Amino acid sequence: MVFFIMARFMLYTLLAVQDLKLILIISVSGVRKHFFNYRLRIIRMNRKQFIKTVISATLGISSAFAMTAQAEETIKVGILHSLSGTMAISETALKNTALMTIEEINANGGLLGKQLEPVVVDPASNWPLFAEKARQLITQDEVDVVFGCWTSVSRKSVLPVFEELNNLLFYPVQYEGEELSQNVFYTGAAPNQQAIPAVEYLMSEEGGGAKRWYLLGTDYVYPRTTNKILRAFLISKGVEESDIEEVYTPFGHSDYQTIVADIKKFSAGGKTAVVSTINGDSNVPFYKELGNAGLKATDVPVVAFSVGEEELRGIDTKPLLGHLAAWNYFMSVKGKQNRSFTKMYKAWAMKNGVPNLDTVVTNDPMEATYVGIKMWAQAVEQAGTTDVDAVREAMGGQTFKAPSGFTLTMDATNHHLHKPVMIGEILPNGQFQVVWSTKAPIRAQPWSPFITGNESKQGL
Amino acid sequence: MLNNKRNALLFILSLLALAFPMAGAALDRTDISGLASEHVMERLKAIDKIARVGDSDALRLLKELQNSELLVTDTGQIVLENDDWNVIDAITLEMLDPQPDTYNTVIVNNRMRSQLESAVGVLQLLSDDREIRLTSAKSLRDNLSPSLLTFLNKALAQESDEEIGRILKESQSVILLDSPDEQERIDAVNYLTSSSERRVRELLVAKLEKNESGEFEEPSAEVRVAIEFAVTAIDRKLTFIDYFGRLFSGLSLGSILLLAAMGLAITYGLLGVINLAHGEMLMIGAYATYVTQQLFVNYLPNYFDLYVLAAIPMAFLSSAIIGVVLERSVIRWLYGRPLETLLATWGISLFLIQLVRQIFGAQNVEVSNPTWLSGGVEVWNIVMPLNRIAIIVFAALVLIGIWLLISQTRLGLFIRSVTQNRSMAACVGVNTAKVDMLAFGLGSGIAGLAGVALSQVGNVGPDLGQAYIIDSFMVVVLGGVGQLAGTVYAALGLGVFSKFIEPGVGAVLTKIIILVFIIAVIQKRPQGLFALKGRSVEG
Repeated sequence: MVFFIMARFMLYTLLAVQDLKLILIISVSGVRKHFFNYRLRIIRMNRKQFIKTVISATLGISSAFAMTAQAEETIKVGILHSLSGTMAISETALKNTALMTIEEINANGGLLGKQLEPVVVDPASNWPLFAEKARQLITQDEVDVVFGCWTSVSRKSVLPVFEELNNLLFYPVQYEGEELSQNVFYTGAAPNQQAIPAVEYLMSEEGGGAKRWYLLGTDYVYPRTTNKILRAFLISKGVEESDIEEVYTPFGHSDYQTIVADIKKFSAGGKTAVVSTINGDSNVPFYKELGNAGLKATDVPVVAFSVGEEELRGIDTKPLLGHLAAWNYFMSVKGKQNRSFTKMYKAWAMKNGVPNLDTVVTNDPMEATYVGIKMWAQAVEQAGTTDVDAVREAMGGQTFKAPSGFTLTMDATNHHLHKPVMIGEILPNGQFQVVWSTKAPIRAQPWSPFITGNESKQGL
Repeated sequence: MLNNKRNALLFILSLLALAFPMAGAALDRTDISGLASEHVMERLKAIDKIARVGDSDALRLLKELQNSELLVTDTGQIVLENDDWNVIDAITLEMLDPQPDTYNTVIVNNRMRSQLESAVGVLQLLSDDREIRLTSAKSLRDNLSPSLLTFLNKALAQESDEEIGRILKESQSVILLDSPDEQERIDAVNYLTSSSERRVRELLVAKLEKNESGEFEEPSAEVRVAIEFAVTAIDRKLTFIDYFGRLFSGLSLGSILLLAAMGLAITYGLLGVINLAHGEMLMIGAYATYVTQQLFVNYLPNYFDLYVLAAIPMAFLSSAIIGVVLERSVIRWLYGRPLETLLATWGISLFLIQLVRQIFGAQNVEVSNPTWLSGGVEVWNIVMPLNRIAIIVFAALVLIGIWLLISQTRLGLFIRSVTQNRSMAACVGVNTAKVDMLAFGLGSGIAGLAGVALSQVGNVGPDLGQAYIIDSFMVVVLGGVGQLAGTVYAALGLGVFSKFIEPGVGAVLTKIIILVFIIAVIQKRPQGLFALKGRSVEG
């Protein structure tokens, strides 16, 4: 087994190094074309380089093994968030939150008498790379738990790795449900903790009484499944098929002219609400276009499930007044827990020189990351070990007084948090004003009753 | 318009009162106490009560509520903060004694905001200011109810402005569609024939449908004929407007493609360098815009709106300088070896992306539109965003600039001669190495200009260039390598084409169709759509 992993790792290293070297060789040899026969040279360099690479890669591996042997005194924690690419806008803040929480735990004496050691990797918004990096974290860095992922496609990509190697993933983002793994704890919302209450609110008298629905999303698993659930839900509420429009755009889409014009056209047929599951930095051009086209929230409210305080930082929010988002936490929530959470994050950002310091914000997935790490720490203390099976056992029923002001419980059967639902409207300063919220946390339904075939799984 | 009848009903009372104001009723505390309630419906009722009073104080309160200036103390009193941060009563404006320690903003949600809009609209429809009347008329149009008719008649009689008059008349006709008098209904339909509002069309179509008991919503056959005629007329206008809208967004997309591809048309089209780092030149231009913006924020905050203009030369120069450095250090050694150039420039693009990531961070940076580029112009119910209009104009100006440079200047002459016959040009004394360098710098600089434009519509991040490099190559290859005109046709053509098919097939499929289309074209015409015969660059 160990040999197999080593061989595989060596292969990866070789491939990666060869790729880069080739480019370097070509550019360097280009400069020297007057002195050498170019073609001969590249072949010769290649061969020499190959031997060198083999040697250096072998050395690298042995030193990596030496390091793990030394570092036995810490508990290693993997952080798997995209720090570049289209998702960096959302995920970078989660990495920061994770580092902050780990620092907090370490400052309070660590866990089981040991310090936590974060291992940060960057899967670069590249879904297959997520799986590769997860494998690297578990087998090479030997982490005891991983906090990470944002998009569902990245979670789906790492899931087999976690199941194969029996490790734990804490997933901090709202998602579409339809999944349950012994190796994942879901600290974000399931559809019944976000999407469905939001749509119910917009249907209600106080929410504006929407009759027509424009479901707009990025083209991948989360929006498609969420919209499938929402469509079934809307139809069960008596909405006609012709009053539901479903539209998808590719990742990183930046031209929303046609779609905004289409929304305008659609809304002529009755009070319309847009349900947006656009993910990542496409939200910036979408909201910019909405604002410039003069589509106000009083005409057509847009409720988003992936837009929080962090995503709004890059936009002028004045024209967006009144558009909505549904989450389980907002930075504007009042209360002691939230005050100390936001204060702690600001202090951390200050200390670590996070870019654009003066405008740092907290948001729902950051809260979920924080809650996840704290709960994991509680479970480790309770189990007295970081062993995956023992921790999993101890996680069930853990409670934590979250920044949202509610005491959240980890459900032992379905690995989801019981969470409160809040609906907020965007204010001109980029914050949200909570206009509706549940009185108590509600239990997650990962298998939506609005999808056929899920009837037998309702007990979960 | 009338489809939101339940909302409208709530409002009827207050509007009736507005049409016939009660004399002497002034606001008192009980009228507004409902605003302190945590239930939206209670707060809506309070808005109704305030609107029913309808005097100047009421208008002031409604506007303050709209701006989220009203506050509520722990005891449920509605208060305001004055300029000196003192808390004053919202009605009497007297200072509270003692001053409360804690108070919250009165929460206004969307539902309340639209109620406020129409209430303020009604109260201000007789204002002296044309702009205020125009907004009022528009917000009324969105919140019509039959009880408004008398009031509309009155406002219409007083109205002298043509545009506002038209909106009011349209609103009046919509209400008269339900009039018991057949002639009035026919007149209303006839007036609405000139409308170009989709909502009016939907209303009219609804009149042609049968209700549950099998009778037409509109009982008179004569009126139904008029309605049918009106619907056809409106449809014709709507189709035209729709195509106009698509054309505009197509041109806008096309001009962005054109800007992105123009630089490449010079470096690839004229010099024959396959520059995969071209996208990064766009990115550098966008970051130069960001840096200029930050400089203005820090040093010239009063002239902030002009930063975009200052960013244009900044972006051109920074991209051009980096381009020249690249050409001198790497690319000139690789002329005539496309495969090696391709790999080397790809390496450079990775290098530049990582460099920017190190300096500015991996996250996107915020480049905001100056006020004169925010918002839009409304033509036939289509809002054309100002930043997009500016980009179309900018693309045209850059195009004219390049054309003048290539066709009218000495440098342009040299560039053309070198691309057409390098050795002959060298023979007659043209310094080809220098021309190569300048042309590459020019191409890169133009990419920088495109970066300025892109920063105004999209995200500015290290990966910005990656999104445009494929598009740029597509445009240049499709248009035909070696000349600018093809690039222009291809960019605008692709832009308009994709915007015309997008409403039908969706954004994802559009991308695929475009790629398939280009593959098909290149199969048929490898030299591109508009390549000039016998003037191939490499000869």
